[in-house]
Amino acid sequence: MDRRSFIQAGAALALGVSNIPAQAMRGAKVVVIGGGYGGATAAKYIRLLSKQRIEVTLVEPEQNFISCPMSNLVIGGTRSLADLSRPYSTLTKQHGITHARDMAVSVDPIARTVKLAGGSVLSYDKLVMSPGIDLNYGSIEGLPEAQRQGKILQAWKAGPETTALRKQLEAMPDGGVYALTIPEAPFRCPPGPYERACQVAFYFQRHKPKSKVLVLDANQDIVSKPALFKKAWNERYPGIVEYRNQHKVVAVAPSEGLIKFDVHADVKADVINALPAMRANKIATQTGLANMADGRWCGVNYQTFESSAAKDIFVIGDAIQVAQLMPKSGHMANNHAKVAAAAIVAQLTGIEPNPQPMLTNTCYSFIDDRNVVHVASVHEYLATERTFKVVQGAGGLSAEPTELEGTYANNWARTIWADMLE
Amino acid sequence: MRTYPILLTLFALLIVMPITSTSAADSAGAQQRTAPQVPPAHAASDIEAKQLYVQSLAATCANCHGTEGHALSGATVPGLAGRSTDELVAQMKAFRSGERKATIMHQIAKGFSESQTQLLAEYFAAQKR
Repeated sequence: MDRRSFIQAGAALALGVSNIPAQAMRGAKVVVIGGGYGGATAAKYIRLLSKQRIEVTLVEPEQNFISCPMSNLVIGGTRSLADLSRPYSTLTKQHGITHARDMAVSVDPIARTVKLAGGSVLSYDKLVMSPGIDLNYGSIEGLPEAQRQGKILQAWKAGPETTALRKQLEAMPDGGVYALTIPEAPFRCPPGPYERACQVAFYFQRHKPKSKVLVLDANQDIVSKPALFKKAWNERYPGIVEYRNQHKVVAVAPSEGLIKFDVHADVKADVINALPAMRANKIATQTGLANMADGRWCGVNYQTFESSAAKDIFVIGDAIQVAQLMPKSGHMANNHAKVAAAAIVAQLTGIEPNPQPMLTNTCYSFIDDRNVVHVASVHEYLATERTFKVVQGAGGLSAEPTELEGTYANNWARTIWADMLE
Repeated sequence: MRTYPILLTLFALLIVMPITSTSAADSAGAQQRTAPQVPPAHAASDIEAKQLYVQSLAATCANCHGTEGHALSGATVPGLAGRSTDELVAQMKAFRSGERKATIMHQIAKGFSESQTQLLAEYFAAQKR
């Protein structure tokens, strides 16, 4: 190249070449399935990071987002579902996202289309799959029927069941037993069941002091923040909370209030809150994306969150096969979404995805109505190992529950909801 | 202290970036001067890539500090947008050393290297308050 053509190349670069990638992605279409912590964040950040050049459609049947984090406080009686709800309409108004209020019923990864329950078909260049989990009711004998009849609830997705479980507790006579059964990890929201035990105990202590909370855990020990939860139960709720490990539920009989285990003796309870095993949501499994852990979870390339089973489909949130020490949490789903959004914008712009994405996680748990503990971690992608690992020396737990952390937990909720939706 | 060769390169490119983008439009001489550091054929997409990576890195702060560092009104956690680079770098250092007490930030600050912290601080300093 002589000096003259070199200058011309430089001038061409200055005038137009820098816009070529941006033009290449103008009008590109992304469909996002699921408006939870993962999907709503992905929709917003694809718009932000592409400077509104990529068209985004969010497929979500509900009009309002309802947060799972904080919903144990509804069960404890100190918050309402309305406190935890935000409209999806701000995504449309402020970010130009199309909200398709419908369910995705099938995905064709070859034709790159999504069929909706209402009959319409959306085509995509990239698909974000943030479908959440399915509860495997069939893994516990008697549970499918008890669930259909509304006798045994899970309330593991915030909404009408959350309120219904609260009503069951209100209707329970003082001196009754509330039994919460926990499946083997991994499950959605590792500290969630133990926080729920605190919330129900808090309610009983003030309103039904002769009642008991029985935590029946299939795991060897409390899955998240074990020392902090044990201390809270012993010191704040003595005689109310009883924890039993290695209790794997095999059957329930709601008419007799019975829970049956693989080895231990039956337990009787007035309100049974049985959480069965979980797996990636049906839309992900039937698309063939759940290629890990015997078809339970979706494998991804962690650098981008692109499915390891299908090109141009990015799976985020609770449905994925997690990397080491990566919790299935709302905060984590929000962080998956940002890595996936940046990777999608990069791919559609013709540039390399971020070689070293990072993730943070914070899970706050309410011990009562205002004292809170946390667990936090920072995760870095290691190209040599093609996975995320926690940064050694970073992250950690609270020393003890405090009201100050309570204010931060409330602030976290408001801020992350705005980060997803506003 | 952990080091990140990729991010150090990225940081170096970000420093070069403003020179490249203005000089390319202004004079061919300046373009020629920066050419050895940033090959022209890839410069535009490189710049776009680095911007995207920094935005992606900064998005890990947004859960608690607000999108692009903009805290909500009445927030108990401070916003980061429009604060000086030096201040942000100094605060992160103080969190890491334990000099500044915190409930959680001392634990999270240790997850980011000095070069990442520098990138984050420059990004937030450049956002409108």
